[in-house]
Amino acid sequence: MPAVQETVDRVRQIDVDQYKYGFVTDVESEKAPIGLSEDTVRYISAKKNEPAWMLEWRLEAFKRWLTMREPTWARVDYPKIDYQNAYYYSAPKKKPELSSLDEVDPQILETYKKLGIPLREQEMLAGVVRKDADGNVLAERRVAVDAVFDSVSVATTFKEELKRAGVIFMPMSEAIQEHPELVRKYLGSVVPTTDNFFATLNSAVFSDGSFVYVPPGVRCPMELSTYFRINEANTGQFERTLIIADKGAYVSYLEGCTAPMRDENQLHAAVVELVTHDDAEIKYSTVQNWYPGDADGKGGIFNFVTKRGDCRGKNSKISWTQVETGSAITWKYPSCILRGDGSRGEFYSIAISNGMQQVDSGTKMIHLGKNTTSRIISKGISAGKSNNTYRGLVTAHRKATGARNFTNCDSLLIGDQCGAHTVPYIEAKNSSAVFEHEASTSKISEDMLFYCRQRGMSAEEATALVVNGFVKDVLQQLPMEFAVEAQKLISISLEGSVG
Amino acid sequence: MSLLEIKNLHVEVEDKKILNGLNLTIEKGQVAAIMGPNGSGKSTLSYVLAGKDAYNITEGDILLDGESILELAPDERAAKGVFLAFQYPVEVPGVATMTFLRTALNAQRKLRGEGEYSTPDFIKLVRETSAKLGVSQEHLRRAVNVGFSGGEKKRNEILQMAILQPRLAILDETDSGLDIDALKTVSEGVNRLRSPERSMIVITHYQRLLNYIVPDVVHVMSKGRVVKSGGKELALELEAKGYAQYTDEAA
Ligand SMILES: Nc1ncnc2c1ncn2[C@@H]1O[C@H](COP(=O)(O)OP(=O)(O)OP(=O)(O)O)[C@@H](O)[C@H]1O
Ligand SMILES: [Mg+2]
Repeated sequence: MPAVQETVDRVRQIDVDQYKYGFVTDVESEKAPIGLSEDTVRYISAKKNEPAWMLEWRLEAFKRWLTMREPTWARVDYPKIDYQNAYYYSAPKKKPELSSLDEVDPQILETYKKLGIPLREQEMLAGVVRKDADGNVLAERRVAVDAVFDSVSVATTFKEELKRAGVIFMPMSEAIQEHPELVRKYLGSVVPTTDNFFATLNSAVFSDGSFVYVPPGVRCPMELSTYFRINEANTGQFERTLIIADKGAYVSYLEGCTAPMRDENQLHAAVVELVTHDDAEIKYSTVQNWYPGDADGKGGIFNFVTKRGDCRGKNSKISWTQVETGSAITWKYPSCILRGDGSRGEFYSIAISNGMQQVDSGTKMIHLGKNTTSRIISKGISAGKSNNTYRGLVTAHRKATGARNFTNCDSLLIGDQCGAHTVPYIEAKNSSAVFEHEASTSKISEDMLFYCRQRGMSAEEATALVVNGFVKDVLQQLPMEFAVEAQKLISISLEGSVG
Repeated sequence: MSLLEIKNLHVEVEDKKILNGLNLTIEKGQVAAIMGPNGSGKSTLSYVLAGKDAYNITEGDILLDGESILELAPDERAAKGVFLAFQYPVEVPGVATMTFLRTALNAQRKLRGEGEYSTPDFIKLVRETSAKLGVSQEHLRRAVNVGFSGGEKKRNEILQMAILQPRLAILDETDSGLDIDALKTVSEGVNRLRSPERSMIVITHYQRLLNYIVPDVVHVMSKGRVVKSGGKELALELEAKGYAQYTDEAA
């Protein structure tokens, strides 16, 4: 497949240990004083010109956070985080108002260009026609992008067109100003400020993120996408994303993330909340490629993320798809609360760990409504000296008659110094619930590699091919053009894993 | 110059001696059959030729076009035209046969410094080749060898050979598991590939295959060496009398 080929070419171009996105962009920035206190929270809120209710909300979260302890149950091991030795707000200095991409700091645009993010509408606006390998013109797929650089959103595209469709897609900071009634109604309604240590911290200091509202009966006319980039040293990123699909609405949303290579660890603690009303659907995809640290485990992003969807309405659907290749530590369990009768939750995951990376990730499917269904497909790939844990919870409430879940959890080991672990929790308080669980652990076999190599493939090509085969079921869930990106990313992250 | 020259080859696996001073020469364009009892080292020889790890070569050499290939990786040997149709083809889950073929072909071509096939040219090549071998489009879409019947796997090996156009093809018991019709189709496929530029080593237990793929020469292996060589009539004789006289000789 050409994608595999391209992957391998790319892999060859970079040296071992060379994280491709690891450059630093030199832009002037404005930061909050180092450390975390009530004043920091007030500073952020003031910077954003927030209404009083928002500041109150943050302060309450902050008070709560002071009483909480960092969780220790995950299978990850990291040095103690000094919350006072980090910056909680950093914004590129910029002109106050941005109305189009042209006004964005060219340095930042250059960054996004280097990252190869699908700011493809630039091409389209310029009349560039994209063709496939056979020279056929590709159907135009447009993607609206919100780019978040350190703590603030720097560019949102296609705003006008989305507005005509009635879709609100804007930075959270703007939504707080422009749609306070929506934000107040939904913010914290899925992940309460008291939820967990990291989510509570996020509630106090979140700086930006994306806000999406799709009104009743509207199918969002394009993919929405947010690109997160941590640039500043010693800066945490705490983005907050809130997506609401009203009755019968549909939206597909994708987020991507990268960071420069730095010796020290950086904290990323995001919160994502999704709400679907009756018959609505949200498809949320993530391609996570934060800097994973070097081969000795130095540096890298600590990724502690709370993502949860609430299928509030009847027959609504939320589907999480994630390709997790980056971060030194990943602590992440995108979940679905299946509240509405007949609602459905899905979780498709590819989690790759290499080098010294540690991943503890999975999902929770909470069946509350009648005839709710869920599906979990998890593919974990461990290489190098990494550890990769799948942690999943499936529960059916007493009233959740007819609940069904299917879980398939496969792990693939490359080499013999890595670990794969599966920790499934299943709880049915209802005798009519049907939960199926399949799990497997395999190694990339020498026979399989030899078979491929006998046909002319190098060790890297063979591994890439086998791994792409292993994750195929999940890759198919990603929006098409991101699937290709993800496929490349997978091979890049496995670089150096084969002798 | 001979295409392949194996000189006094000694091979061990996990301290067990399997090949014991094997000598074998294959000329350009020659089709050589190798027969021999179970466990005599035929598959081992084919793996060693293809460069599989885990085999310890303690003595001897393998020359392709007069040059040793012992230091070459399996993919480098493949690029030089060495192809092995496996006795037990391996399953590659999730990878469509078509994708596998294309990745393999382009990988070899790249190693040889040749350009990649364009998508339309490649599809055309595969369609035509697979039709002749009775491999359906549906099989091309399915994951490599996954859920294939024994015979389908063998056919898939020959399809790969026909696409990759090797200079030295080693067919390890390609006839086992094939029904009578499949044996014919596959043999015809192999015969179409016979050319003065291509040599073949056909490993088999049965004379029947050699009625279809008529060898230029037959070698008998026993206990890790070639103990007897002759013309195609040697296969008939083996069929009638068994291996006893040669295995005793070797002992
Ligand atoms: N990895 C291994 N470890 C130990 N012994 C091995 C290994 N591979 C092969 N052998 C042994 O080497 C001998 C030769 O095996 P090989 O598969 O080459 O025989 P063969 O001639 O192909 O037999 P058959 O006709 O049954 O296919 C056998 O005794 C086998 O058990
Ligand atoms: Mg054999």
